[in-house]
Amino acid sequence: MNLLSLFVLIPLLMLLGLWIARNVNQVRGVMVAGSSLLLILAAYLTVSYIGLRQAGATEEMLFTDSISWYAPLHICYSVGVDGISVVMLLLSAIIVFTGTFASWKLKPLTKEYFLWFTLLSTGVFGFFISTDLFTMFMFYEVALIPMYLLIGVWGSGRKEYAAMKLTLMLMGGSAFLLIGILGIYYGAGGETMNILEIVQQKIPTEMQRIFFPMVFLGFGVLGALFPFHTWSPDGHASAPTAVSMLHAGVLMKLGGYGCFRIAMYLMPTGAAIWGDFFLVLTTISVVYGAFSAVVQTDLKYINAYSSVSHCGLVLFALLMMTRVSATGAILQMLSHGLMTALFFALIGMIYGRTHTRDIRQLSGLMKIMPFLAVGYVIAGLANLGLPGLSGFVAEMTVFVGSFQNPDLFHRTCTIIATTSIVITAVYILRVVGKILYGTCQNPEHLKLTDATWDERFAVICLIIAVAELGLAPYWVSHLISGSVEPIISQLIH
Amino acid sequence: MQAEISLAVILIIILLADLILKAPHHKALQTLTCTLMVVQLILNLVPVNQELFGGMYNSTTMASVVKTILTAGTLLVFMQSGRWLSGEDTRHKAGEFYLLTLSTLLGMYFMVSAGSFILFYVGLELASIPMVCLIAFDKYRHHSAEAGAKFILSSMFSSALMLYGLSLVYGTCGTTYFADLPQALTGTPLQLMAMVFFFAGLGFKLSLVPFHMWTPDAYQGAPTPVSGYLSVISKGAAAFALMNILLKVFTPMTEEWGLMLSVTIVLTITIANVFAILQQDLKRFMAYSSISQAGYILLAVLAGSEQGMTALVYYIVVYIVANLAVFGVIGAVEQQTNGRVDREAYNGLYQTNPKLSFVMTLALFSLAGIPPFAGFFSKFFVFASAFHTGYWLVVFLALVNTIISLYYYLLIVKAMYITPNEHPVPAFRSSALMRTSLVVCLIGIVLLGICSGVYQWIDKF
Repeated sequence: MNLLSLFVLIPLLMLLGLWIARNVNQVRGVMVAGSSLLLILAAYLTVSYIGLRQAGATEEMLFTDSISWYAPLHICYSVGVDGISVVMLLLSAIIVFTGTFASWKLKPLTKEYFLWFTLLSTGVFGFFISTDLFTMFMFYEVALIPMYLLIGVWGSGRKEYAAMKLTLMLMGGSAFLLIGILGIYYGAGGETMNILEIVQQKIPTEMQRIFFPMVFLGFGVLGALFPFHTWSPDGHASAPTAVSMLHAGVLMKLGGYGCFRIAMYLMPTGAAIWGDFFLVLTTISVVYGAFSAVVQTDLKYINAYSSVSHCGLVLFALLMMTRVSATGAILQMLSHGLMTALFFALIGMIYGRTHTRDIRQLSGLMKIMPFLAVGYVIAGLANLGLPGLSGFVAEMTVFVGSFQNPDLFHRTCTIIATTSIVITAVYILRVVGKILYGTCQNPEHLKLTDATWDERFAVICLIIAVAELGLAPYWVSHLISGSVEPIISQLIH
Repeated sequence: MQAEISLAVILIIILLADLILKAPHHKALQTLTCTLMVVQLILNLVPVNQELFGGMYNSTTMASVVKTILTAGTLLVFMQSGRWLSGEDTRHKAGEFYLLTLSTLLGMYFMVSAGSFILFYVGLELASIPMVCLIAFDKYRHHSAEAGAKFILSSMFSSALMLYGLSLVYGTCGTTYFADLPQALTGTPLQLMAMVFFFAGLGFKLSLVPFHMWTPDAYQGAPTPVSGYLSVISKGAAAFALMNILLKVFTPMTEEWGLMLSVTIVLTITIANVFAILQQDLKRFMAYSSISQAGYILLAVLAGSEQGMTALVYYIVVYIVANLAVFGVIGAVEQQTNGRVDREAYNGLYQTNPKLSFVMTLALFSLAGIPPFAGFFSKFFVFASAFHTGYWLVVFLALVNTIISLYYYLLIVKAMYITPNEHPVPAFRSSALMRTSLVVCLIGIVLLGICSGVYQWIDKF
């Protein structure tokens, strides 16, 4: 059996295990066992992928396999990974693993919560391993729908509104996507659904002109493309901790990944026609998201708008269409995934203690919960791009890559987008100064305790990952840039 | 002809059993009918191709497959109707319910395997008239009687309309045989009018907009199992018959019916979706939902290809399991709460009846077309087939509509899981047959999509 299929099989077995689990301890046992297995598997995959590349494997995708599923429509269960999917799988495994610990004490309906959570991760893993359009789309939707119940049942605040808004907007995106996928399939002759084979066909320019924006928009909604980002702040603010982590950390990356792998790779002419239009939108995302974050007072909203800005940067870098910028985009996905997850985990833990996320009511937390506070500072510094942490590596690569475009339009966009770095520093430092330092105003808060072991474990894992990417980024960027190559060369010609 | 004969035999057996068995015999009758239906299924599992009476009766293998599917769906309905039939008012006439339902089924058999408009019309009437009695079955409930009256009026009107159209066909072509008609049809204005009348007649049965007015009232008034039967079985048969005839007979007018269908589909799906949002009564809600589902089924007709035919039949299969699961749950809750079918009755259902809510959730997800449930696959194939023929704009509009439909399906999910309720429906156990039918539906919803076997089996014919 193919190694990659394990990424779907393990979550499915976890679902089964959760189904028969009788009490909370068994549920936790299944989750820890399953998510550790996934993490080990992802690490093993990364190592063996690098090993194979070093041994001289030149195929675009490794570990490929294909089983015919719906033969009349050429739908197959095809899997395969390149460097980009490998790092995405690793990211997802880390987030699922830490997410499990971050929702260790979640109540009520623990079992149901983890069932939907695991179903969501099945979709995420399945999406990243698929090379078949239909299968990919199916996993994509599998990853979306559990969000409704996860937010609606276990969320906080205006959860029903947020859940409905998020689900409908994302599903609206996938309606565009579905028509785009049919366009690609029939445009490429209706002979194959496999991405690697479609890319050999030339889709007629007229069809690319119609269907490129549909696919890009479809994935762009999930990638928080302006003006379709409005689900993101509400959704993230209402979602329970681990769901925010998984959603901001991984699910939004599905958008960027899909834009790159499906829209731009398969329809390069469409990308050339529509590239500038979408570039303007993403530039707005980057700056607008950052400015919006400045005026928010809810911790989760700040972080959600910051995600809009950073995910906008992913799409921005992809549309710059240079080798370096595309590598930077993937690095940014990875880096943003890790640090946002860290952020949401910490916010969830702070909220669980103080029962407020309003920064006007929080202060002096550094003395009360030093561990969480230090974690928060590290996450903040990574977010604003301090050298030595992941954010710096990613943003540096993005902007250097973007600046390689010599024409005025791209230069202007790059310069505008660069300003977001400064704005990020403003909102991060403002929050850090306000809630962590100073004297504690609320006497109730003085009684609060610091993180428990499960929380510490989740936070430390994520900090290690963020620091690792910041200190030793070379192997990752090497892994990515090798795989960006075939897609970018498709785009340039 | 084998399927029709064996069904007629079953009808006679049940008629005799109803006379011979001592009252109250509703339980025995249910067991007997369900067993006989299983026998009927097994007897007709292998599709046959048969032409009889000089082409008057022409059952293709695909029609044979459809008959098997309809039989299976009817069996599910029978399994779900036990509790309702054991009520005070209905106990003594349980036999009539089975007989009338099976008569309509026989009518549908003839509808799908007709080789001439004459037999088709006879089948259609046989499928409609007993249906009126079924809808008005709870005659002491005001709604039921009213629904029956509405149904018979609109049904007769549509039949008359269709008959007029068919008379125009005969008048201009001189034949009613499907095999001879394509050569005789030239697309004159009169024949176009004939086609439109024919389509309008079937449009009533399929409850397409603008012929859908009777649907919500009929579904609301009819006993729940009958609503379920009406929404899937009779719709499935009509959809297949429509596609069959449009493809076989009206081939020279493909362009015209393509345009007509496109407009009807967009109208049907959009209007039904918008109205469905406003419904509080779950049966009315399901009526609008089924109108919009009919629009999706028509996308396969619009495709007008082999691929479309497979997609249509597959859609019917998936639609039967998903919709009957929903109607099963509605029926179970209705029986338990003395007839409550409003959405508020479902608030907090998950706390007390998690399994029932789970079935309902998956069924609704399947209807909304969410993977990995079967509805996603059936919708995808329908879209793909219509796209392939070139109607990508219609597909796009239908896709946008799936978002609206997702909204109202989620409203019920929300009621069951999220909305708090002090007094949810207390925990209860349904009858064994009801539970079996729900399990069958559940297995269908989960496996029909993931296992490609059924689709590929249908595709062979």
